[in-house]
Amino acid sequence: MLGLPIMPDSASTLSGSVDTLFLVLVLLALLFAVPVAGLIIYFAVKYRRGAAVNRSNAPIENFKLEVTWMVIPLILSMGVFGWGARLYFDMFTTPKDGMDIYVLGRQWMWEFKYPTGQRELNVLHVPVGRNVRLTLISEDVIHSFYVPAFRIKHDVLPGRYTTAWFQATKPGTYHLFCAEYCGTEHSGMLGSVIVLEQKDYQAWLDQNRMNTGGVIAENTSPGTQTAVTAPTQTMAQAGAQTFQHLGCYVCHRPDGKGAGPSLVGVYGKPVQLANQQVVLADTNYIRDSIIDPNAQIVADYPPIMPTYAEQISEDDLLKLVEYIKSLGSGTEAPPEMINPTGGMPQPGGSSGNQGSGAQDSGAQGSTNGDSGGSDSSGNGNSGTQGSGGQ
Amino acid sequence: MSATAPALKIREPSYINAAYTAKSWLLTTDHKRIGLLYMVAITFFFFVGGLAATVVRLELLTPQGDLVLPETYNKLFTVHGVIMVFFFLIPSIPTTLGNFLVPIMIGARDMAFPRLNLASWYIFMVGALFAIVALIGGGVDTGWTFYTPYSTGFSNTQVIPMAIGILIAGFSSIFTGLNIIITVHKMRAPGMTWFRLPLFIWSMYATSLIMVLATPVLAMTLVLIAVERTFHVGIFDPALGGDPLLFQHLFWFYSHPAVYIMILPGMAVVSELITCFSRKPIFGYKFIAFSSIAIAVFGFLVWGHHMFVSGQSIYSSLIFSSISFAVAIPSAIKVFNWTATLYKGSISWDTPMLYALGFIGLFTIGGLTGLFLATLPVDVHVTDTYFVVAHFHYIMVGSAVLAYLGGIHFWWPKISGRMYPEWWGKVSAITIFLGFNLTFFPQFIAGYQGMPRRYYAYAPEYQVMNVLSTAGASILAIGYVLPLIYLIWSMREGEVASDNPWGATGLEWQTESPPPTFNFAETPIVTAEPYQYNPDGTFTPQTTLSVRQIKKEVAA
Ligand code: HEC
Ligand SMILES: [Cu+2]
Ligand SMILES: [Cu+2]
Repeated sequence: MLGLPIMPDSASTLSGSVDTLFLVLVLLALLFAVPVAGLIIYFAVKYRRGAAVNRSNAPIENFKLEVTWMVIPLILSMGVFGWGARLYFDMFTTPKDGMDIYVLGRQWMWEFKYPTGQRELNVLHVPVGRNVRLTLISEDVIHSFYVPAFRIKHDVLPGRYTTAWFQATKPGTYHLFCAEYCGTEHSGMLGSVIVLEQKDYQAWLDQNRMNTGGVIAENTSPGTQTAVTAPTQTMAQAGAQTFQHLGCYVCHRPDGKGAGPSLVGVYGKPVQLANQQVVLADTNYIRDSIIDPNAQIVADYPPIMPTYAEQISEDDLLKLVEYIKSLGSGTEAPPEMINPTGGMPQPGGSSGNQGSGAQDSGAQGSTNGDSGGSDSSGNGNSGTQGSGGQ
Repeated sequence: MSATAPALKIREPSYINAAYTAKSWLLTTDHKRIGLLYMVAITFFFFVGGLAATVVRLELLTPQGDLVLPETYNKLFTVHGVIMVFFFLIPSIPTTLGNFLVPIMIGARDMAFPRLNLASWYIFMVGALFAIVALIGGGVDTGWTFYTPYSTGFSNTQVIPMAIGILIAGFSSIFTGLNIIITVHKMRAPGMTWFRLPLFIWSMYATSLIMVLATPVLAMTLVLIAVERTFHVGIFDPALGGDPLLFQHLFWFYSHPAVYIMILPGMAVVSELITCFSRKPIFGYKFIAFSSIAIAVFGFLVWGHHMFVSGQSIYSSLIFSSISFAVAIPSAIKVFNWTATLYKGSISWDTPMLYALGFIGLFTIGGLTGLFLATLPVDVHVTDTYFVVAHFHYIMVGSAVLAYLGGIHFWWPKISGRMYPEWWGKVSAITIFLGFNLTFFPQFIAGYQGMPRRYYAYAPEYQVMNVLSTAGASILAIGYVLPLIYLIWSMREGEVASDNPWGATGLEWQTESPPPTFNFAETPIVTAEPYQYNPDGTFTPQTTLSVRQIKKEVAA
C-alpha cells in the first residue's frame, strides 16, 4: 500500500483494505495528537513562569467545550468502528466457493492436508486468485495461524475447529508465523505460504498427483524445503477406510437401517436434537458427535453411540469429517485435485435425516473415487466402493 | 493569600524520627511507613523485572537466538511480565503514594484499618516469596497470561508456586482497595466534601473499586489452573473436556480492568502535578473526576477485545470493539482537560512537571494505538505482534512509570524531608522520555510488519527495528537507575525541604515535611476547594483552620 517502505508485503484481497483502514487511523491519530502535542508545547513555552503574557480571565471550566471534545471523538470513533466491523465481517465470513485446506497445528509445526490427499509440512502451496478456506485444529495447545502478508490471523484451538480464509493476489513466498505463544519452540513454529500462478499451481499439482507415490522433495519454488507427501487416496477415501476400521458403518448405514442415523447428506443441514434444539451439522458438530456423542443426541435415536475420544487422532477425525462431508455433496465430479467437495450443500428444510439419507445414498458412488487400496468390505458403505477413481 | 495554619504544626518528631528500630518499621501501623515499606519492596521488584527485560532485549539484538536458550528466553519474558505486572505496576502508586497520601490529603490521622494495612504488606511479601521460590525453583515459561491448556497441561515449569504467589498478592490488593474505599468514605476531615477531594483521591477511589471487584476473579482463575494442573479436572483443557476460551474470558475479565489499576493512579498523580506547576485550578474538575469512575465502570466491559482472533463469536467481537472505542472517551477527556489547564497558566519546568508532560505525550500515543487495536480488522493483523507490545508498554510503562516517578519527585520533600537534586531530576526525566520512545516506537513498526511477540529468534527483516529498540532500552535503563541513586543520596545530602516547597494547596502540604506520625497536630477543617492557585504564585490552601482553633474561638 502506497509503497511505504515500512509497510509489509500486501498479497491478499483483504490486505489492501486493512492497510487503508490502518492509514486512516494513523491520519486520525495525527489529527488528534499533533494539535494536543502542539498546544502543550506552545502553552508550556508561552506561559512559562516569568514570561510577561496576559494571564487574566483564565477559564477553569467550559461546559460546551467539554461536550464538544466528548462528542466529536465519539462520532469519529464510531465511524471507524463501523468501517472496521464491515471489514471484519468479510474477513470472518467464509466464502461459499473456494478450495478447502485442513491445517493441523502441533508443537511446533504446521501440517496442511488437501482434501485430494496431499500433505505438506510447514509449507502451503496455493494458487493465486482463488478463495482458500482453512479449517484449523490444534493437537495440543493453542497456536495461531498468521500470515502477515495476507493480514490474517486466527487462533488454532485444541478440541474445536476454527475457520479462516484468504485469497492471494500476488505470487510469491510469504511468512507463516505461529502468533500464539505455545511453548519452547514457539518462535520456531514457522512456515511459508507459496502462492503460485494458476498454471504453476496446476503443474505443482501434476507433479504431486495421486499415484505418483512417495515423498517428492523440493520441486517448485527454489529455496524452500518442501516435503510433499503425494497421496495414494483422497482424504475422503482415507476417511471411508477409517469409517470401516472403527466400525462406524455397523450403526451408520446409508439406508438408515442401522442403529444410528444415516450420515448421507447430514453435513451442512440442520439436525433436530432430542432436547428440541436444532443445530447446524457443521464440521464442529460432526467432530463433537464422534468425540462426545452424548452431548448432542439426535432426536428419535437412543444415546448408544460410544465415544471415540480415546482412540482417534485429529488426523483421522479430519478424514472422517471430510468423508462425511463428501457423503452430502451430491453428484460432484470425482475427486479432481482441487476442491472435491464443492460448495456448501444447501441447508435442507427438514430435519428428517433418515429420509434424506436414503435418497442421497445413490450419489455416494460417484463422490468418492476409489483407488483400490481403500476397499471397504463393510456392507454399510457400498457406496464408497463405486466406480474407480479418476 | 498564602496563609498557612500554624496551629496545624507543632514541631513534634516526624514519622521518620519517631523511632529508629527495625521493629518500629516492621510492626508499624503508620500508613506513611507502610507506604515506604511497599516502596522498598516494589523498587526491588522493578529492578528484578528490569534485569529480565535487559536480557530479553540483548537476545533480540540479532535475529538468531544466540544469547540464551529458548527455554530460558521464555522464562525471562514470563518473569519480566509477572513481576512487572503483579509485583510492581499493580501495587506501585496505590500502595506507595496512595498509602502515604490518601489519609493526609483528606485530613485523616491514618487509614481506616491501620493494622489491615500492615497485614496487606505482609501478605504481599508472602506472595512475593512464592514468586521468588518459583523463580529459584526453575522459573515459569507460560507468559504472564498463563494461557491454557499450555499452563495446565504442557508446561513443566513452576506454574503452581507462581500462581499461588500472584493469588496471595491479589489479596493484598483487595485489602488495600477496601482500606482506601472505606478511608475515603469515613475519614474525611470536616469540610472535605466529595467535590473538594483532590483528583488524586477520586482516581485512587476508582482504582480501589476495580481492585476489590476484579481481583477475586483472578484469584478464582488461578485456583482453577492449579486444580486442573494438579488433579486433571477438565476445566480449560479440551483434552480433559474443558474449554480454553473460558480461561481467556476469566483472565481478561480481571486483566483488562487491571490495566486501569495501573493507569488510573498515574492519571491521579498527573492531575495534581499539572495544576500545581501551572499555578491554575485544574480545568474541568468534575469531568476529570467522573471520567475516572467512567473508566472504572466501562473497563469491566471490554475484556473481549483481547480475543478478536481467538474464535469467540463475531457478534461478541463487535460488541467488545464498540465498547472499547467508548472507553477511550473518558481518557481523551482527561488529556484535553490537562491541556486546557496549561492555558494562561504560569508554567514551571520543574522535574515533576516534565514527568507529567511526558506522561501526557506517552499516554496519548498509547491510548490512540489502543484505538487501532479496538478496530477489528487492524487488530486481526497486529494482535500478538510487537504492535501490542509497544501499545501496552506506552500505557503501562511509559505512562504509569512516568507518573509514578513524577509523583515520587513531587512528594519527595514531604516523604523524606529533603529536596531531590533538580538538575539530575531533569536529566533523568528527559533521558527516560527519549529512551522510552526509542525503545518502543520502533516496536509499533516491527509489529505492523508482522513480527510476532514472544519470539526469541525472528526473521532478519525485523532486525533494524530491534536494534533501535535495544539501543533505546540501554538509554532507558540509565534513566531508571539515575533516580534510584540520587534519591537515596538526597535522603542524607539533599537540601532540607520546607513544609510546602511547591506552594501547593493540598492538606498534605499544610503539615510538616516529613509529617508527624498522626499527620496533623490538630484535625484540620477544610475551608477551600482544591487547586486554588493564582498565576502570581499565591494560592489558597485547602485548610487554614483546625477543629481546636474553632473550639477556642467559640469558647472565647
Ligand atoms: C453403536 C452404534 C454406533 C456406532 C458404532 C457409531 N455411531 Fe454414530 N451415532 C449412533 C447413534 C445412535 C447416533 C444418534 C444419537 C446420537 O446423536 O448420539 C449417532 C450419531 C452420529 C452422528 C450425528 C448424526 C446426525 O444425524 O446428526 C455422527 C456424525 C456420527 N454418529 C458419526 C459416527 C462415526 C464417525 C462413527 C465411527 C467413528 C460412529 N458414529 C459410530 C450410533 C453409532
Ligand atoms: Cu506458537
Ligand atoms: Cu484490555
